[in-house]
Amino acid sequence: MTTTRRDFIKTSGYLVVGVAAMANADPFVGLVEGQAAGPYLDPDFRQLDSWIVIREDNTATFFVGKTDLGQGTGTAFRQIMADELDMPYARTSCVMGSTDVTVDQGGSGGSDALQTDGWPMRRVAAEARRVLLDLASARLAVPVAQLAVADGVVTVTGEPSRRVTYGELIGGRKFNVTLKGNNTDQTTGAAPIKTVQQLKIVGQSPQRYDIPPKVDGSLTWAVDAKVPGMLHARNVRPPVAGATLVSIDESSVKGVPGFVTVVSKGNYVAVVCEREEQAIQAARQLKVNWRNPATAPFPSSEDLFRYMREATPTAPGNPTVVGNPDAAFGSAARVVEADYEVPFQGHVSIGPAHAMADPSNDQLTIYSNDMKSYGLRSGVAQFLQMPRERVRVLWMEGPQAYGRTAADDAGFEAAYLAKELGRPVRVQWTRQEETVWDTKGPAFTVKMRGGLDAQGNLMALDFEARAADHNHLGYNEVETVLISQLMGTRRATPARGGAATPSEMYAIPHRRTTAHVVGLPLVWETPLRTGNLRDPNGPQVTFASESFIDELAAAAKADPVDFRLKLLNGSTTDDSGFKRVRSVACIRAAADKYGWKPRPSPAARGTGDVLTGRGIAYSFRSQTVVAQIAEVEVNRRTGRVWVKRLVCAHDCGLVINPEGLKRTVEGGMMYALSRALHEEVTFDTQKVTSVDWASYPTLTHADTPESIEVVIVNGDPNQNRPDLPHYGAGEAVCKPLFAAVANAIFDATGVRLRRMPFRNARVLAALKAAGV
Amino acid sequence: MANFTLRVNGKTHTVDVDPATPLLYVLRNDLDLHGPRFGCGLGQCGACTVLIKGEAVRSCIRPVSGVAGAEITTLEGLATSGKLHPLQQAWIDEQVPQCGFCQNGQILTAKALLDRTPNPTDAQIRQGMSGTLCRCMTYYRVQAAIKRAAKAMASARQDSEVIA
Repeated sequence: MTTTRRDFIKTSGYLVVGVAAMANADPFVGLVEGQAAGPYLDPDFRQLDSWIVIREDNTATFFVGKTDLGQGTGTAFRQIMADELDMPYARTSCVMGSTDVTVDQGGSGGSDALQTDGWPMRRVAAEARRVLLDLASARLAVPVAQLAVADGVVTVTGEPSRRVTYGELIGGRKFNVTLKGNNTDQTTGAAPIKTVQQLKIVGQSPQRYDIPPKVDGSLTWAVDAKVPGMLHARNVRPPVAGATLVSIDESSVKGVPGFVTVVSKGNYVAVVCEREEQAIQAARQLKVNWRNPATAPFPSSEDLFRYMREATPTAPGNPTVVGNPDAAFGSAARVVEADYEVPFQGHVSIGPAHAMADPSNDQLTIYSNDMKSYGLRSGVAQFLQMPRERVRVLWMEGPQAYGRTAADDAGFEAAYLAKELGRPVRVQWTRQEETVWDTKGPAFTVKMRGGLDAQGNLMALDFEARAADHNHLGYNEVETVLISQLMGTRRATPARGGAATPSEMYAIPHRRTTAHVVGLPLVWETPLRTGNLRDPNGPQVTFASESFIDELAAAAKADPVDFRLKLLNGSTTDDSGFKRVRSVACIRAAADKYGWKPRPSPAARGTGDVLTGRGIAYSFRSQTVVAQIAEVEVNRRTGRVWVKRLVCAHDCGLVINPEGLKRTVEGGMMYALSRALHEEVTFDTQKVTSVDWASYPTLTHADTPESIEVVIVNGDPNQNRPDLPHYGAGEAVCKPLFAAVANAIFDATGVRLRRMPFRNARVLAALKAAGV
Repeated sequence: MANFTLRVNGKTHTVDVDPATPLLYVLRNDLDLHGPRFGCGLGQCGACTVLIKGEAVRSCIRPVSGVAGAEITTLEGLATSGKLHPLQQAWIDEQVPQCGFCQNGQILTAKALLDRTPNPTDAQIRQGMSGTLCRCMTYYRVQAAIKRAAKAMASARQDSEVIA
C-alpha cells in the first residue's frame, strides 16, 4: 500500500508535536488540510483565529510563527499564552513555523523569541480570554465583572455551580475577532495583559513537550520527510574554491543502479537517483572537469590575520568617540596594548543540511528544519519565479542550527530539483560538504589600547576591530544561498557585513571604538561565506574586550572582579545606570556563587604539572546580563586546558521556565567552550581543509566540566515591577565565555593567550615561550 | 541487488538492496525507522548508532551484508512493553536534549556502556562516551542522566533479587 501525501502529513512530526501534547488533535488535522492542496495564503495576523484554536474538549492550540532550535521556546510560548488565557498548561499545544498555518513572525534568530515575539503572543491570548468572558457573560446572563475564570472554566463569582468551559463557549468554532497593529510584533486586541504578579504558569518549569518523542524515537524530523515517488539527490561541489565547471561526463554514472539524472546549471551540479545509497555512489563516481581560478580565492588560514590587518577595509568603521581619548592617552601613567585574533569558526551542524520538496498539485511543499521558514518560502518563490501562494514550508525539527539555516541551501536545492524533475526530491549534504561549505562565523582581529592613571584607574580605552565579514549572508535572500551563487546570481553590491563593538556598561571617561569590515579575494561562491553564528560577533569581540579588561586589571595589580565593579559604579537614574546596577548584581552573584577571593591575577604559580586558575568575564547583550567564572586546570606538559568548573550568573528579566533556562545556559556555555578550546576552520590558498570531525575537532565528553552552576539573577532594583520584561536568554551566554577561559588560563600560568582557540599545541607553545 | 533478512527490534524484514549498502539507509529508508540518523557517514559522530548483539555499532559504515540475521536494536526498540528504558526515562527526568538530533547515539552508546559496566565511574563515563558527539554540547546532562539511569537500574536489579 502506498502512503498518500495526506497520510504523510497526518503522521509527520509536524503533527506529532500536537499529538504528543494533546489527546485529540483532529481539529488541527482539519486546519492543516484546509490548505494542503494550495494555494497557500498567509495566515492573517489581524485575525485572532490565526493564533489560537479552542476545541470542544476544552483544549487549546497556539499557532506560533517561530521555530524551536532546542532551547524549549515552544514550551515557553505555551506557558505564557496558557497563563494569559487562564488555561492549564497541560491542555495546550503549540504548532510552530509552518508558513501556511502560522503567522509570519520571521522564524527564529537573535534570541528574540520571548523578548520580541512573546509580547504579541501574550496579548492575543489575553484578547481570547476577554472574548471568552464576554461570551460567558451572555451565556450565564451576568456581567463580566461577576465572572471568575480558572483552568479554562468560567464561573459566576460566589455561585460555582453556574459554570461554562471555554470549549463549550467556542469549541470548534471561530472567534471571528479582528485584532489591531501595523505588524505582527504590534498585534494586539483590546484586553490588557496580566501583571507579572498575576502570572502563575510563568515561573514554573513544565518539562519540554518535545523531549519524550526525541528519546523514544517516535518523532518525525525533517530528515525523515518522505513521500511516495521521492528521489534522492546529492550535490557535487567544485573541488577548489572559485572553480568553474568545464564539462560533465555523464557516461561515468550511467551504470549506477537507480540513476535518474545529472542536473547542472552554472557551477551547480547534482546527481539524482532512486535510492539514497545510489545517489551517494553516483556523486562519488561522476567525472566532472573543473577549471581552477586564475588567482587564489583567499590567503591560507596561517596567513589570515596578517592579510586582514593589511587589507583595505571594504567597509571602514566610523570611530565612536567619548571624551578626548588622545589627550587621555597622552597623560596616562601607563598605556597597555594588545592584539587579539579569532579565526573563522563553522556552524558545522551535527546533521548536515537537508530538505525535501514535493511539487505535487502544481504547488511546492518544502519539508525543512529552516529556522527562518518564512524567508525560505519567499526566497524559493523568487528563485523559481513562482507565486508565493504556490509555495509553502512545513517546519519540522532538525539538528542545532545556531544561524546556519538562515541561508537554507538545501531547501533551495530540493525545491529547484523537484521543480526541474517534476517529482519529490530529497537533498542531503554530506559531512564533508557541510563542514567545508556551510556558513562561517567571521574571523576577527582586534587591537586594544588602554590608559591607566597613577592610581590604576582606567581613563582611556581604544578598541579597533577588523572582521572578515564582507558579503555577510542575509536571511534566505536568493543571492545569498549557495545554489543561486553557483548558478551565477549576483547582487549589484555585496552585503556590507558587520563588525560589532563591545556591549558592556563600563563607565570609562575617554573612549574610541572603531569596527572595520574587510573582505577576502573571493566574494561569491566561497566556502568562507559568513553568516550569523550564535551571537554573530559577540563572542569574538568580547574575547578581546573582556580579556583586555583583565590585562588592565593585572597591570593595575587589581582584583579582576573589583576592577570591573569599579568601572560599573554609576548613577541609577538613567537607562545606563539601570543597566549598570543589573551588571553589578550579576558580577556579584557569580563571584558569590564561586566563592571568589579577591586578589590580582596571576595566582602564585603551582609547582606540579597541573596549574589551576580562575577567570571572570561579563557582558551585556540586548538587555540581558551575563557574568561567568571559569576555573581551569592547565597541564604544562601537554598544554591541555580543562575547564573544571563553570559558574554563570544570568539576568534575562522575567524568567518563563527556570529549569529550561538553566539547560539553555549550560548548553550555551558548553557550546562556547567548544569554540574556545577547539574550533577553527583551516584552509590553504585553494580550499577549506576542515572536512570532518577529525579535522574540525569540537568539545567531547572528555572535556566536560566537573560542575556547572547557573544562578538566575533579577538585578532590577525594583523587584516588584509589574511589567518586568522577558529578555532573550541563549545567545547572551556565548559572549563572555572565551574571555573567562583565557583569563583563567592567565591566572593559572601568567601567560596571556590572545589567539583562539586554545588547543593543546598552541597553549603548550605559549607556555614554553614564556618558560612556564 | 540481493535479498537480506534482518532482525530489527524483534521483527524480521527482508530487503532487496546492494550488499554494500550501509545498514543506516536500509533502516531509515526501507524500514522507516527514525532513531538512527545520518550525521557523518564516516563513523565519527555516533548519530547513526544501533545495538548489534549488545554492542553500539555505527550503522553508517556497516554494510548490510555483514549484519544479516543479527539481532539489531534501534532507539525505537529500547522500550519494553510500552515502558521506557531507564536510560530514556533518565533523559526525560534530566531534560537532557537541546535539539536532540544526536541523542540516539548518546542513549544507545550509554546503553552498551551500562551493559558492560553497570556502575561506571565518572572517568569511565567520559571515556566510554567520548567518541559520541553532541553539537549542542549537552554532555554535562548526558553524564548526569547516565548516572541517574545506572542507579535506577541497580535498584531495579536489587528489587528483582529480593523478589527472587
